[in-house]
Amino acid sequence: MSAEHGRRMGRRGVLRTAAILAAGAPFATLRAEETPIRIGFPVPITGPYASEAADQVRAAEIAVAEFNQSGGLGGRRAELLVRDDKLDPGEAATRAIELIEKDRVDFIVGSLSASVQLAVNTVTKQRGVLYNSISQSDQIVSSPDWGPTTFHEAMTPHMTAGAVGRYAFEKLGKRVAYVAADYAYGHEMVAGFRAVGATMGAEELAEIKMPIGTRDFSTLMPRLQALRPDIVFLCNFGRDQQIFVKQAHDSGLKRTAHIVAPILLQTARIAGGAQAFAGVLGGTSYYWGIESEVASARAFNDRFRKAHDGRLPSDYGALGYSGVRAVLTAAAKAGSTETAKVAAVLAGMKYDFYKGPQFYRACDHQSVQSVFIIESKANGSVPEDVFNVLATVPGREDMLKTCAQEGLG
Amino acid sequence: MAGLSLDLLALQIFTGLALGAVYVLLATGMSLIFGMLTVVNFAHGAFFALGAYAGFLVLALGGNFWLALLAVPIVTGLLGMAVEWGLVRHLYGRGIDDPLLLTFGLSYVLVELIRIFAGTQGLPFDTPDALAGAVDIGIGYFPLYRLFVIAMTVTILFLLWLFLERTRIGLIIRAGARDPEIMRVLGVDTGRVWRLVFGLGTAIAGLAGLLAAPLQGVSPEMGNAILADAFVVTVVGGMGSLAGAIIAGLLVGVIVSLTALFAPEAGDVAIFALMAVVLLIRPQGFFGRAGLMS
Repeated sequence: MSAEHGRRMGRRGVLRTAAILAAGAPFATLRAEETPIRIGFPVPITGPYASEAADQVRAAEIAVAEFNQSGGLGGRRAELLVRDDKLDPGEAATRAIELIEKDRVDFIVGSLSASVQLAVNTVTKQRGVLYNSISQSDQIVSSPDWGPTTFHEAMTPHMTAGAVGRYAFEKLGKRVAYVAADYAYGHEMVAGFRAVGATMGAEELAEIKMPIGTRDFSTLMPRLQALRPDIVFLCNFGRDQQIFVKQAHDSGLKRTAHIVAPILLQTARIAGGAQAFAGVLGGTSYYWGIESEVASARAFNDRFRKAHDGRLPSDYGALGYSGVRAVLTAAAKAGSTETAKVAAVLAGMKYDFYKGPQFYRACDHQSVQSVFIIESKANGSVPEDVFNVLATVPGREDMLKTCAQEGLG
Repeated sequence: MAGLSLDLLALQIFTGLALGAVYVLLATGMSLIFGMLTVVNFAHGAFFALGAYAGFLVLALGGNFWLALLAVPIVTGLLGMAVEWGLVRHLYGRGIDDPLLLTFGLSYVLVELIRIFAGTQGLPFDTPDALAGAVDIGIGYFPLYRLFVIAMTVTILFLLWLFLERTRIGLIIRAGARDPEIMRVLGVDTGRVWRLVFGLGTAIAGLAGLLAAPLQGVSPEMGNAILADAFVVTVVGGMGSLAGAIIAGLLVGVIVSLTALFAPEAGDVAIFALMAVVLLIRPQGFFGRAGLMS
């Protein structure tokens, strides 16, 4: 690592360093002039969340291109270093360490699983590197995981399940069964629904936890049908979500129960097909269709269409965009890539990049934002035309746990 | 557990049998290859995935599911024969480890090739219209397509049995497995027989992949997880035993299904626990011959 650094600088660079050091200027200034702003972007390129990860990369590249076209940070351009974390916390931690120690990244944005982002966060927190997570988690904005360099652009399960739960318990019924991926995401979503359910008189019939990456859910269908719930809350993600909905459709479960996913994924819906998903409800952080009402959404969609052959961004893809753009915007405002200065700008920063107004709450760096309630529709005009927006729950701080509840008060 | 009725239990067991059907197919192909060639084919899961992708290609080129049912085993069978000819046959007689390592590496190459040509994301695969939806089977609703998978499995096993027991080539294969030297002395080209057996195994693997595609969609890694399951089935049933593959496949399906009813979190562990118990009590599996692996 040091050899590589030395080679890149060359003899003149070393001499200049010596000169500047002699003049008393900090070493960091030299680095700032010579190297691009590097953003590490670990996401699960392979595995059950590959579709979502691929879209996150596409969208993040747009944020980087925009930043560079607008002149960068005093001429310093940004660069995205995409790494495959294989949806594995150990792999992600290794990639994060490499990105920091070997590639000398200024920031890390990314990861797409509650447990993986916690692993990345552990690494960045220890090394004092700013990390903006673009995947759902309550834990990351709570003690002891949260740290001063931790930011969370994605929604939390608490706010997502809260918004979706209030809608579902009111309109669809009170007898519920949970199917959850057996890791942090699933557990936190179920906890979020339970918290709302308790205030609305919900009756819990069962909670079924399944390993992540499950290929066959047919074995759950007899029991789910026998329980006769009004709602099956489907708290899993990616290919798991797609396979469950397909197999639930085949088994006839939808005849007797509503399927509601706290995060209903555009990518899963496209891969799973209209027929299997018909009538499935859920929440989302973003649906491109809001562009008729939200100007920033239209602008973002247009740039995405232009850059990617007319395709439209997905929910989690868009998080890649806003996560990267937020960090770069803060760096531009701070006039520096120093962690402390950028973090100081980001904490409390108000912005509207693609879905209407958002802001990072100062005490836990959680992005306060709107939640959309959507329904899968039968047939659309383009492949991405898959949802109807049933309701918009505007972002308010009272949707979040208080920082005292998170142990940060 | 509350609400446990006889109907629910019956439907759960039936679901397990349907799940077992795919295991049976995959394990049959593995067992066939091992029983005849003493090759543990770790690329079997990759052929499973290739079958699903070949089916997707048939549909994308304008064909239908029924045509894919014919075309896919031919494609994966021929590919298997090519692999046997180009790679595996050079390792015959070199113990069990060498072909195992070769096919293990090959599985990585094949999956990576799928990723390169078809993307890492996976592709949708609709249930054929004629087989969509659920039917009432007396104890509850059951997906029609899964009934079809059971029927297909029974048909394939019956055809395989006919082929091995009632045809001249089948006779040669069985004789060759027992005493290849005598067969060579009698003028039989055993190399061709082995190639055919390997191709037959991969053809069945490809067909299993195609049958699984409408259940879970198509993805490069789809064979990885099921290979582990199929390997458990093969070990429990006895390496090289077709009857063992069938009985163990159905048993594993039922165990997975009942685990999902009573302790879903343990789904991944249950079948490996079964394997551990079987290995402790009867190391050669239900129907395996002792000492084959040594």
